[in-house]
Amino acid sequence: MSVRRLAKEQPESFAFSKESQAKADWWKAKYPAARKQSAVIPMLWLAQKQEGWVQEPAIQEIARQLEMPVIRVLEVATFYVMFQLAPVGKTAFVQLCGTTPCQLRGALDLRSVLEKKIGPAHSVSADGKFSWEEVECLGACCNAPMAAINDYYYEDLTPESLAQILDDFAAGKAPQPGSYEGRKSSEPKDKIQTLTDPKLYDGSAAKKIKIPNLPEKPKKTKAEPAA
Amino acid sequence: MAIAKVNGVEVEFEPGMTVLQVAELAGEEIPRFCYHERLSIAGNCRMCLVEVKPGPPKPQASCALPAAEGQEIFTNTPMVKKAREGVMEFLLINHPLDCPICDQGGECDLQDQAVGYGRDDSRYDENKRAVEEKAMGPLIKTVMTRCIQCTRCVRFITEVAGSPEIGLISRGEDVEITTYLGAAVTSELSANVIDLCPVGALTSKPYAFEARPWELKKTESIDVMDALGSSIRVDGRANAVLRVLPRINEDVNEEWISDKTRYAVDGLQRQRLDRPYVRVDGKLKPATWAEAFAAVSAKIKATAPERIGVIAGDLQDAESLKATKDLFTALGVKNLDARQDGVALGAGPRESWLFNSTIAGIEDADVVLFVGTNPRLEAPVLNARFRKQWIAGKTRFGVIGEQADLTFDYDYLGAGAKTLSGLAKAKNDFVAAFKAAERPAIIIGQGAIARADGAAILKAAAGLAKTFKVVREGWNGWNVLHTAAARVAGLDLGFVPAEGGLAAGDMLKPGALDVLFLLGADECESAASDAFKIYLGTHGDAGAHKADVILPGAAYTEKNGLYVNTEGRVQMGKRAVFPKGEAKEDWSILRALSETLGHKLPYDSLDQLRAKLFADHPTFGQIDFAPGSVPTVFDLAAVGGEGEATDAPFESPVKAFHLTNPIARASVTMAECAANVSAASKIAAE
Repeated sequence: MSVRRLAKEQPESFAFSKESQAKADWWKAKYPAARKQSAVIPMLWLAQKQEGWVQEPAIQEIARQLEMPVIRVLEVATFYVMFQLAPVGKTAFVQLCGTTPCQLRGALDLRSVLEKKIGPAHSVSADGKFSWEEVECLGACCNAPMAAINDYYYEDLTPESLAQILDDFAAGKAPQPGSYEGRKSSEPKDKIQTLTDPKLYDGSAAKKIKIPNLPEKPKKTKAEPAA
Repeated sequence: MAIAKVNGVEVEFEPGMTVLQVAELAGEEIPRFCYHERLSIAGNCRMCLVEVKPGPPKPQASCALPAAEGQEIFTNTPMVKKAREGVMEFLLINHPLDCPICDQGGECDLQDQAVGYGRDDSRYDENKRAVEEKAMGPLIKTVMTRCIQCTRCVRFITEVAGSPEIGLISRGEDVEITTYLGAAVTSELSANVIDLCPVGALTSKPYAFEARPWELKKTESIDVMDALGSSIRVDGRANAVLRVLPRINEDVNEEWISDKTRYAVDGLQRQRLDRPYVRVDGKLKPATWAEAFAAVSAKIKATAPERIGVIAGDLQDAESLKATKDLFTALGVKNLDARQDGVALGAGPRESWLFNSTIAGIEDADVVLFVGTNPRLEAPVLNARFRKQWIAGKTRFGVIGEQADLTFDYDYLGAGAKTLSGLAKAKNDFVAAFKAAERPAIIIGQGAIARADGAAILKAAAGLAKTFKVVREGWNGWNVLHTAAARVAGLDLGFVPAEGGLAAGDMLKPGALDVLFLLGADECESAASDAFKIYLGTHGDAGAHKADVILPGAAYTEKNGLYVNTEGRVQMGKRAVFPKGEAKEDWSILRALSETLGHKLPYDSLDQLRAKLFADHPTFGQIDFAPGSVPTVFDLAAVGGEGEATDAPFESPVKAFHLTNPIARASVTMAECAANVSAASKIAAE
């Protein structure tokens, strides 16, 4: 993470599109009128969805709509790294995971692919279509190395598959998200080597446990014999 | 009352107090950076760690931990010392070692506490972080690398000043204090963040690299920039006032002062009248005191008393007002006025021109009605109290007059006299609340009564106050908010036209007078008068420009003087430096002049003058006593005068907050602030 600043070049104005404004209004309506500032994160997110990044006029607009000081919106926008404060690639914005598991599994090689095909991190390619950045753990370590491209995870990547994905994006295709090693999700890659004992699954290995503090079962009492 | 033990000593405390406060009750000093009594608790500096039993076996941040019955608090155990040393070491990792070139040096919390908890050297080999400087306007200088992110400035500007312009952006190691995209802070109380900053991150821009605190002579005095009479400390070196800082005075300014109070003092070095002048052939020529006195007395002796008038200005001390009144009354002059703005006060009981609820007492009011005042500009420190009440949800506010941003919400009722007189019969939420209020207060500004129909408006306001029982047993909610530091003293002295005398407005009409004596009066249209004008004052401002004789006086930092604030509290200002050049203290000029006029004033020293003042006007002898602190019921029927009120909207007399008096108008810093504000309002208008 580095010092986060708003981009130097900013558009003149920002306005929510009709759809995003409707969504924004839905978020605002979720909270009591006096607490509508609570919608600041969803609204920043909507502004980012609409324009690709959070623009300075959007910060002003959100502050205006939520009747909160503009510095408070800026605080939130700069706090969360998920808010992009500078333009990103229009076709594909790659967030490459560079944390330890991914790095051990070859994230550094993926980085050189990105550097070669797109350019240095945090800069948009000349055609405006691509940009990339390295992020901290995205929580898909089982499928390392991985990258999030736009809204989806692309997992089990190799330099070749990542290059292919980028080429596909450049060609206007929509590459399939998910594992590029043929895995369904995060199941073991090859033969299953652990937890193979069938006893684990038929219930026989289960120990009887006593759950503490259960309410006592009502004792069956014999009906008193009639006198 | 609950009981806790601090280092083995039992202490009684109010439930709800924090461990830090309880430890202070026991006389233990707890180091802190982020905690401040008047701000919300942040708990982010961790310097106030203590050991608490019962509790987890780890140090606790005492500022954010509520004290409990039977708690044992330890502030001096080895664990506490070690924990604080650890915090200090972390704070110093990124703090630059530039104390020798830092303006905070010598009065820096971090420096002081590093003596107690710091290591002799650093174990940190990596690079220190550096932070870009931030622009915060003409008053606040930033060296952000020094910032320890205590967020006191953010909390002050958000909570107390009520203009949330400073924030903490980014996170983790990268957090930075900044305004939105480097905008200047516009609050009238902004410079208090400089005092709050525990390190040298926010320092005073006009005072940058001027002096070290131990070189300065500190004089405890009273401010004259508005009618609150805030307690200040004037720091001077040789014969220059270098800065003004607030003193804690719970009854008046708590511990804040306005930017004008703090920074107008550079005006004390500029545009000063440092020798007498006499107009010869249409041009002001430097003269000796003897020549000036000769010119004045020749003119006055040759003029009939009814053709002589005296107008006193807004910054005068009570002694000079008294000496002036004594001298000119002895000459038979009836045209005396201390109300250069023509405010319709001065007749009737003393309570009618005071802020009777008292400045601290106004916090008890449950409904407050502002009439023709913008307290944010007229008394920013008082406005912070209103905001405090509003945040606590204790008070409801209503406004008749300008619809300005007061930093708190209010019911806007109307613009002028029509609303005021119709309010008793009006049906709305606010009126219902005002009627039901236990301690209702009316605050009347000069904007409502310093005009031609002021007397009628005052009467209407008094009628309203009577209807709503604003003055009742045990509570006096009749409050006049003055804008001039000298006004209440002038009214208390009876520095108003005697029977048959002319008021200030009439004196200034062409042909009304032959001699006009201006005692520091710069805010009246003295240029309109064609009389022979004598100006006794400090600055080459409006009054001096058209004067025929100039007698150089002493500014408020250059004389001992009594000032009466808007609540009627008499306070003593002290001399910090000597008057400039040949200038003299005002009362001694008048004493000398009286001799050449053949009506020698009966006092040879300030003490004798004060003795006479106290004898003639006993209220001046009650130093630091606010008459409203003992609520008195007075007859509201005697307030105000006859006349027809026009429906012109009430306008606050303070249009440009930074430029209200000759000292502020001579100040470069104030000019910059004023330019900043007008630029900001221009942008807002677009």
